[in-house]
Amino acid sequence: MQVAAMHFKRKAAENLGNEKLQRALEKLQTKFVDGRAAAIAELPNFEDIRDAAAEIRERAISNLDRYLLRFEREATARGAVVHWAETAEDVNRIVAEIAAKHGVQRIVKSKSMVSEECGLNDALEARGLSVLETDLGEYILQLAHEPPSHIVAPVVHKTKEDIADLFEDKHHRPRTTQIAELCREAREILRPGFLAADMGISGANFIIAETGSVLIVTNEGNGRLSTTLPRVHVAVTGIEKVVPTLEDVSTLLRLLPRSATGQSITNYVSVLTGTKGGDDADGAEHFHIILLDNGRSRLLGTELQPILRCIRCGACMNHCPVYQNIGGHAYGWVYPGPMGSVLTPSFVGLANALDLPNASTFCGQCAVVCPVKIPLPDLMRDLRNRQVERHLRPWQERAALRVWSWLAQRPALYALGARIAARLLRLFAGGKKRLRHLPGASGWTNERDIPAPAGRTFRDLYRSGRHT
Amino acid sequence: MSARENILARIAQARSPGAPVDVDEVIHRHPRGPIPPLEKNLLQRFGEQATRLASDAADAATMGEVPNLVAAYLRARHLPMQAICWPALAALDWRAAGIEAQVRAARGEDMVGITGAFAGIAETGTLMLLSGPQTPATVSLLPETHIAIVEKTRIVATMEDAWDRLRAEYVTPPRAVNFVSGPSRTADVEQTVTLGAHGPYRVLIIVVGDGQARPT
Repeated sequence: MQVAAMHFKRKAAENLGNEKLQRALEKLQTKFVDGRAAAIAELPNFEDIRDAAAEIRERAISNLDRYLLRFEREATARGAVVHWAETAEDVNRIVAEIAAKHGVQRIVKSKSMVSEECGLNDALEARGLSVLETDLGEYILQLAHEPPSHIVAPVVHKTKEDIADLFEDKHHRPRTTQIAELCREAREILRPGFLAADMGISGANFIIAETGSVLIVTNEGNGRLSTTLPRVHVAVTGIEKVVPTLEDVSTLLRLLPRSATGQSITNYVSVLTGTKGGDDADGAEHFHIILLDNGRSRLLGTELQPILRCIRCGACMNHCPVYQNIGGHAYGWVYPGPMGSVLTPSFVGLANALDLPNASTFCGQCAVVCPVKIPLPDLMRDLRNRQVERHLRPWQERAALRVWSWLAQRPALYALGARIAARLLRLFAGGKKRLRHLPGASGWTNERDIPAPAGRTFRDLYRSGRHT
Repeated sequence: MSARENILARIAQARSPGAPVDVDEVIHRHPRGPIPPLEKNLLQRFGEQATRLASDAADAATMGEVPNLVAAYLRARHLPMQAICWPALAALDWRAAGIEAQVRAARGEDMVGITGAFAGIAETGTLMLLSGPQTPATVSLLPETHIAIVEKTRIVATMEDAWDRLRAEYVTPPRAVNFVSGPSRTADVEQTVTLGAHGPYRVLIIVVGDGQARPT
């Protein structure tokens, strides 16, 4: 997918003024935030499970090569073919080669953020293959030629009226804004696509080293259809998704749906191992698993390693005051919200996503709700540090900090400067408690007021207090 | 070097030093994580949780009662009396109950699918279905109505218990282990839950075998 993270500020400002988007984003609060809280409250030992989940993910990441090799051995023994991909382009090439080898024409896809990372649909269509997204949200986005704005609820930015317009235009059926009817319409349009497809592409929520299995969670059933009906199944996933055992994945499944949508379990959890047996009446005959690196292994052994624990539940974005107000598209790549603010700069380069680690109030809510205890604010702070170290911040900011640092090392001068500034600002406020405009600082005062100083500095007040 | 070798080399290089973890040993032990406390009556919990996730639930004392229960369920909802069922369930007398049952994997146009279940998980009210020649995966997926028959002795507390049973009865997992928790659903449009996305619109779970004769 094309990176547009450098346009963050402009896009965020536009989205703040987009009333329709603001109304759509409000639903996240009631459905996802409240839903998660209720679902977590059902687990009396939630914190124990969360500790265990973080430990499971950390253990897998710390021994990634060993678990991947065990996974590869088990998957291969069951007839799957494991491919390794360094980059997005490698994934696209490998999928195209598999399609060519098996004479594939029609492809159905269940939701996969890794395939979004690769821009897989465009790459396959460019090679003359037909690709049909089958997750309702992803299907709507495919019709609208838009990227997802949330990793779990990809069309959270659209209203039912938007979708009704789109369906009427593309399906040539009478317009309806009834949600149940819209869903049935999509089912009726997509069912023949499933039945005719010769390849199904899925992601993987986890891959299991013990058994060489790919695990997929879905609610709609499209994940099951895509991996059961076509004769070829290709699962595309990141190398970090491996977990050791079936028990480990059971622990993680107590947290993933609860953190994502407030469900105790998703409708379907499919654990897929190997190819169709000789007597089986259904199932894929060919099973290919593509393990993508694309920058992940470079995070190992660095301050950012904990982000590899991420299980893609989306709780950090649902609870983020920045995401809640600007939506996912402003982040400019596949992964929005706090996890995206760490992943995007790591994958596409720090210089291409300068605003993202700064798109946080550091309220810390993302770390509080993360089911695998990723210290997201610490990781964003680390990325900010790297920006400064590599001189990637704007020259005005660097110059201002240099002036401040020079002053701060000269206490007498600093005190004098502070005294002058406090008086000037007080004068400028003209007796009011708040400053609405400040020359040279419109970036701050356009969006919010600045409290007017008392007129005397803290050090002045402290000194006079001691003398009386 | 190949992508595989490059990736594995980078991982090995970055790995923190220290005693190497014997992953095969860890996997062999497969220790459990913390389990949420569950009430004693698993059967009741299973029924409550399944209903909460929008499954319909019924009991039958014996397998012989199942076809009539299914027929009553279909009639009450004005659903077709034609069904497909797992080869494993072919021996039941569907015809006597007025159901025209075909024994095969499902196709796109089939309206009712009848399956068994390897286990029922009380914690979440979930069915565990294994794919196989006698138990095709499409029967629980393509039709708009899915009817699942689970033996009472196969209701277990947790997913971990279900894995233990699988390890006891199978050397390796079948091609597909599908956990099913109610009718398919989507909340993609305005985060509003709608039942019946790509899979069944309704799921009836029949728990069989409390051994008691039932008042008629």
